[in-house]
Amino acid sequence: MNTNLVRYVLGWVFLVIGIMMLPPILIAFFCGEIDAFYFGVVAFGCLSIGLISKKYKPKKTQMYAREGFVACALTWILMSVVGCLPFYLSGQIPDFTNALFESVSGFTTTGATILGTDRQIEELSYSMRFWRSFTNWAGGMGILVFLIAVITPLSGQSNMYLMKAESPGPVVSKLIPKLRGTASLLYIIYTALTVVECVMLLLGGMPLFEAVTVSLSTAGTGGLSVRNEGIMAYDGQYYIQAVITAFMFIFAVNFSVYYLILTKKIKQALKIEELHWYVGLFLIAVLVIGVDLTINKTYDSALDCWHHTAFQVGTFISSTGFATADFDLWPEFSKTVLMLVAFVGACAGSTGGGFKVSRVIILFKSILKEFKTMLHPNSVKTVKMDGKIIKDETIRSTSVYLTIFIFIYIGSVLLLAFDKMDFTTNFTAVLATLNNMGPGLNAVGPTKNFYDYSIFSKYVLMFDMLAGRLELLPLLFLFNPSCWKSK
Amino acid sequence: MKIIIVGCGKVGRTIAEQLNGEKHDITVIDSKESVIIRLTDKLDVMGIHGDGSSREILLEAGVSSADLLIAVTDADELNLYICLLASCCGGGRNKINTIARVRKPIYHKDLQETLNMKEALGLSLVINPEQIAALEMSRLIRFPTAIEVDSFARETVEIYTFKVQREFALSGKKISELALLKGSIRICAVERDDNVIIPGGDFVISPNDKVSIICAPSNATKMFKKLGSGNVKAKDVMIIGGSRTAYYLADLLIKSGIDVKIIEKSESRCTELADLLPDAMIIRGDAMNKDLLKAEGLEDMDSIVTLMDIDEENIMLSLYARQRCNAKCITKIDRLVFDDIVDTLPLDSVIRPRELTAESIVRYVRAVKNSEGSNVETLYKLNDGQAEALEFKVSPESKVISKPLSQLEFKNDLQVACITRKGKVIIPKGDDTIEPNDTVIIVTTHKGLQDLDDILK
Repeated sequence: MNTNLVRYVLGWVFLVIGIMMLPPILIAFFCGEIDAFYFGVVAFGCLSIGLISKKYKPKKTQMYAREGFVACALTWILMSVVGCLPFYLSGQIPDFTNALFESVSGFTTTGATILGTDRQIEELSYSMRFWRSFTNWAGGMGILVFLIAVITPLSGQSNMYLMKAESPGPVVSKLIPKLRGTASLLYIIYTALTVVECVMLLLGGMPLFEAVTVSLSTAGTGGLSVRNEGIMAYDGQYYIQAVITAFMFIFAVNFSVYYLILTKKIKQALKIEELHWYVGLFLIAVLVIGVDLTINKTYDSALDCWHHTAFQVGTFISSTGFATADFDLWPEFSKTVLMLVAFVGACAGSTGGGFKVSRVIILFKSILKEFKTMLHPNSVKTVKMDGKIIKDETIRSTSVYLTIFIFIYIGSVLLLAFDKMDFTTNFTAVLATLNNMGPGLNAVGPTKNFYDYSIFSKYVLMFDMLAGRLELLPLLFLFNPSCWKSK
Repeated sequence: MKIIIVGCGKVGRTIAEQLNGEKHDITVIDSKESVIIRLTDKLDVMGIHGDGSSREILLEAGVSSADLLIAVTDADELNLYICLLASCCGGGRNKINTIARVRKPIYHKDLQETLNMKEALGLSLVINPEQIAALEMSRLIRFPTAIEVDSFARETVEIYTFKVQREFALSGKKISELALLKGSIRICAVERDDNVIIPGGDFVISPNDKVSIICAPSNATKMFKKLGSGNVKAKDVMIIGGSRTAYYLADLLIKSGIDVKIIEKSESRCTELADLLPDAMIIRGDAMNKDLLKAEGLEDMDSIVTLMDIDEENIMLSLYARQRCNAKCITKIDRLVFDDIVDTLPLDSVIRPRELTAESIVRYVRAVKNSEGSNVETLYKLNDGQAEALEFKVSPESKVISKPLSQLEFKNDLQVACITRKGKVIIPKGDDTIEPNDTVIIVTTHKGLQDLDDILK
């Protein structure tokens, strides 16, 4: 492996993290908080390392799949560790594991938190709370995509491997011929949508700081909020919660849809199969849960019932992790539907997590095909999506993905079982972290947090979060000795 | 520029590679998905898997906003069809340029000779790899000392670049002293120690200079003879292998009075060739037979060209020929990728049709790019891009027309190298004038000339 090249990419990542810390520094200055110092120290360290590393350009800049995967996995580990330093150094989250958990949860857009038990979120300074939401935003679209978009660190050739390793979905394709153009376009759409949400929240009377942080968290489908009650704090403010519902939904849609709309190919955009399934799934889930809640008379008014149902389904399908209601108190059937929706997750090519709608489509269609081949052994049938044949290779890798997903899931639940929590808590904790969602049920429910887990369990969950965000394989690659072999 | 390439075979890949290096937005289409994946992993291009002859796929590739489409699939008819389709559904603002690869000699001939056929098919350029290769080989055979030959104004003018040897007539002389230069040829650029000079009348040429001379192809032979540039042109050429390239090459050579002998294995192909080339000597036999080669006078040839299908056989035969005689050997290599190893072999000249094709398409693209918002018709980079030769069409509004050249104040390092008027080549002197509708070739080290008026101070 070309370790020098990986080192070079990581050097750039250091630089980007250093620059990312500038907004919190400014906020700290503005609010007169001492945290500007801690952010400053970390940012200075990152920038120096980055600038030094940048000077030594590797001789061979040709990136192959191996370097792409390893660089991607290491980038995310590095980001998480560096991102937790401000929390830890400032003493606002005094325990290192907890600080790291918070950072991993932020970057992977999970939104699981350890705050709320011994410390309330509001005890954190403004800059720290902003940083949490900002990690959500940066992690949503991906830091390597940002690198490719803004800073062409390498010769520009075959950085596709980096993009492939970081972007979610079974097939990663470009929007326009140039990779750099594609990456910038993604970030432009992403930023524009974030700004629109922020403005709409401000119009609803939300304070500026909260509007900005909530927008950042929604955009990354992260779900870390600046208030202990999360979005429940805006109870009764239907407009604000509805805006958040809409944007959670929007950010979990494949971004190529927005590109097609931008280029005035609206018809084509509406024809995308994944979009149909996604909208269908959302509507069915809302309908089923809404009826269930009505029958059980959970809410007094129909408005409350459907409003909260839509928000909760939105947060689960997009893997955001906000909550306007304590769904832990909902009927069993509704909870189960919510969890199943979270398994499917968002569209590929969005900022959301989960197994991805397109993978479900692929698997579903290949199952149908398998049935037909059983009945008519000699029949020849192709599996199609969006009018195009899905390669056998894609079907195979999707099946393998499911298998690995299940193995990691089972393994994680097993490891968590050493802890004192009950099965539902453990099962949903893994679900919430591996799908980058956030809250689960029972002891990790929407009004609770992950504080009570042991250190060991927290590391297991952190692994799940990273594995979920990077779609399993890049992270597992690190454990494969052959990928570390140098020539 | 936005460029679409349909077909990712050898040529398609080479073109994509080169154009990608020049920062164009490239989309490639191929019906084999594995090819697309391999290419998009290696290059920063967008790949589309599908049938390039379908409107839907072309639209998906963005044909409606593309500047250029290059069709290089295996089938000529398909390429022509794709270009026609693209020109019909493409080009919103500006018309899309299309390039088709056409190999079948009859198609190619008809496309060149039938009036308005190219326009009717929406074609900007037709590329024939075999013909390009044959042209290059014939130049090498006719002017063995030339390093590079570029043609302008629909091939009525050519620029020859060669290295001056001590024994050449022009070495050590002032340009103004060279009587032979009067009228028909002009020295337009000289490269010395990696610097390019646009020479004036009192410039002294010394050995090891790389000299670029512009003249009409019909005068080239005479010029090379007068310059005393060593070996005169070949009289007897043996072509081994009777491919399409062999046909084109033999045709070109016979037209310039060279005796051609073709050795070909297949009987039916021999008959075909004999029919097409009545003036060539066609020998039926296996070229891998030493006795046959000897009997056919391999050792007395001035030039030997190996054009068989298998690259390795071409290499072996050329090596053998080099050992046996002093002939100039030209080896065709199509498929072998081990360039660096091939280059270490004592092979004399090697021709790679794929690269030549890609090169000529890249040249065209450069010219199109340069002509955006300017009047440049063709642009060639001379001496590794240090100098440019530009071809302008003269518009009636130009400031330079109808004035004797000696009265115009030109920029430094710039030369009006040639004027063509109604197909006639004029090497301009002080009292010549530029008239509307002329084609003017400017050689200069200035970059980015947009208009003919830019040549004035």
